[in-house]
Amino acid sequence: MIKILSKIEGINNVLQNNNLLEIEFEKNNIIKIINELKDNTELSFNQLLDITAVDYPSREFRFDLIYILQSLTKNKKIILKTFIKENEKIETITNIHKSADWYERECYDLFGIEFINHPDLRRIMTDYNFEGYPLRKDFPLTGHTEVRYDDLEKKVIYEPVKLTQEFRNLDSESPWEGMENKLFGDDKSTGEN
Amino acid sequence: MKEVELNTTTINFGPQHPAAHGVLRLVVELEGEVVQRAEPHIGLLHRGTEKLIEYKTYLQAVPYFDRLDYVSPMCQEHAFALATENLLGINVPERAKYIRVIFAEITRILNHLLNIPAYAADIGAVTPFLWCFEEREKLLEFHEAVSGARFHAAYFRPGGVHQDMPEGMEEKLFEHFKTLPKFIDDLESLLTNNRILRQRSVDIGIISKSEAIEWGCSGPVLRSAGVAWDLRRSQPYDAYDQVDFEVPVGKKGDCFDRYLVRIEEMRQSISIIDQCLNKIKPGPISIEDNKITPPKRNQMKKSMEALIHHFKLFTEGYRVPSGQVYSAVEAPKGEFGVYLVSDGSSKPYRCKIRAPGFAHLQTLDHLSKGHLMADIAAILGSLDIVFGEIDR
Repeated sequence: MIKILSKIEGINNVLQNNNLLEIEFEKNNIIKIINELKDNTELSFNQLLDITAVDYPSREFRFDLIYILQSLTKNKKIILKTFIKENEKIETITNIHKSADWYERECYDLFGIEFINHPDLRRIMTDYNFEGYPLRKDFPLTGHTEVRYDDLEKKVIYEPVKLTQEFRNLDSESPWEGMENKLFGDDKSTGEN
Repeated sequence: MKEVELNTTTINFGPQHPAAHGVLRLVVELEGEVVQRAEPHIGLLHRGTEKLIEYKTYLQAVPYFDRLDYVSPMCQEHAFALATENLLGINVPERAKYIRVIFAEITRILNHLLNIPAYAADIGAVTPFLWCFEEREKLLEFHEAVSGARFHAAYFRPGGVHQDMPEGMEEKLFEHFKTLPKFIDDLESLLTNNRILRQRSVDIGIISKSEAIEWGCSGPVLRSAGVAWDLRRSQPYDAYDQVDFEVPVGKKGDCFDRYLVRIEEMRQSISIIDQCLNKIKPGPISIEDNKITPPKRNQMKKSMEALIHHFKLFTEGYRVPSGQVYSAVEAPKGEFGVYLVSDGSSKPYRCKIRAPGFAHLQTLDHLSKGHLMADIAAILGSLDIVFGEIDR
């Protein structure tokens, strides 16, 4: 199976890990590759399990876009990975796998990755009129707005998040480093006055 | 100019409706009483689980999995435990594997004991609900006995299970599962040949083999369409390769087949539990590496080393080698997968949860087209929708 996979144009890295195959590909070839994986009887990856992304803000190609496919006849799973930049778009695969519809919507909602020619690219998980892309690493865990019921206006209103205490992201990995052990009055030991 | 008269009515079903199984908002376009379009609006229970997990250590992430599909908690911990163990490159002891299988199957029965009567209640039968809840209560006591909690167990942890089963538990389980088949027979006598249930579910919401695969269905929904696919069989994990069981499949893929598949799965689960109880032997219940699993309580009273390990585990957690993995289990609702990316620190860099219900709910528009409005309740019930896992 690895041989057949590495012959397909546009596929770079093929790795095998038990029942799980991992490949990387160029984003322009997506339609061709997904079609080939589905139609080739030697592969027949006919079930799309998931589409997701991973955000690496420091990289030029910011997102890893992940497609997970399954072959029911060959009993194999495959992870397809491609790299895209922040404002880049990618072709939808809803014409090949119907289930891609919601998966792509979810990806758009949480990461802001746009899929070209998607029939109905709307937000799916977040609130109506939500702004921002929550699963990006630069989106704060607490979000930007909070809601409460206002008794005077008799409706639910949106307000900026107010925290009584800063969000504590405790760095417990090195509790002893970075702690200055200052002895007051002992200025001579460092040689400064 | 030509005038077109539209005879459709658009109604809003939910988000607060007893048949919506949680917070589902459904925009339904009706012509008379016939459904033209049913568009689910989800996300009303979105709690940002995936984002929260990125800020927690691997051990602290476990309880979030109980809160996804809150009627089958242990099966989801199972997927996360397997994914983490895969990245850590560890293999759990034999006894832990059997305990996990036993409790995964108890969870499956628990799930089906909720889904079947809820489905029956959606289409008019009230008694099964009361009957099944009594049985559920008995099974939840087993959950409580091992983990201390009825639902949010946090029992399957990376490296094994949290603690051993209490003394005498095996006999109790054995005794209990001798009585359960009788209950399932009684339940069937109430439902399977019931005229109303059949009228409301036979030939309703049919999904074909190819459509089921195309839409990413799994679990009882896929099997009801006649595809004999079960991850416990095809890609066995833990002790599933040690037990013998059958994979029930349906013929038509309608609501009634999905109901029958679930009934039969409960019987198979009982047989799996029985086999496990015969094979299970005393031994360690988690790997004996204190860098990953905490040391025993009594060791901590005496050993400084053990105390340090305990402290480090519950503050920093353990570091997981960088890499990516996708591991899936056959949860009661279908394929529940966890795609885990580690950057070598003690917190997951990304944890994507693949919920079976998400794919199933997507088919609702397709399944309900041309049916009556009342059938939507039946279809929703038969798909086994729980919003904890769909909205995450």
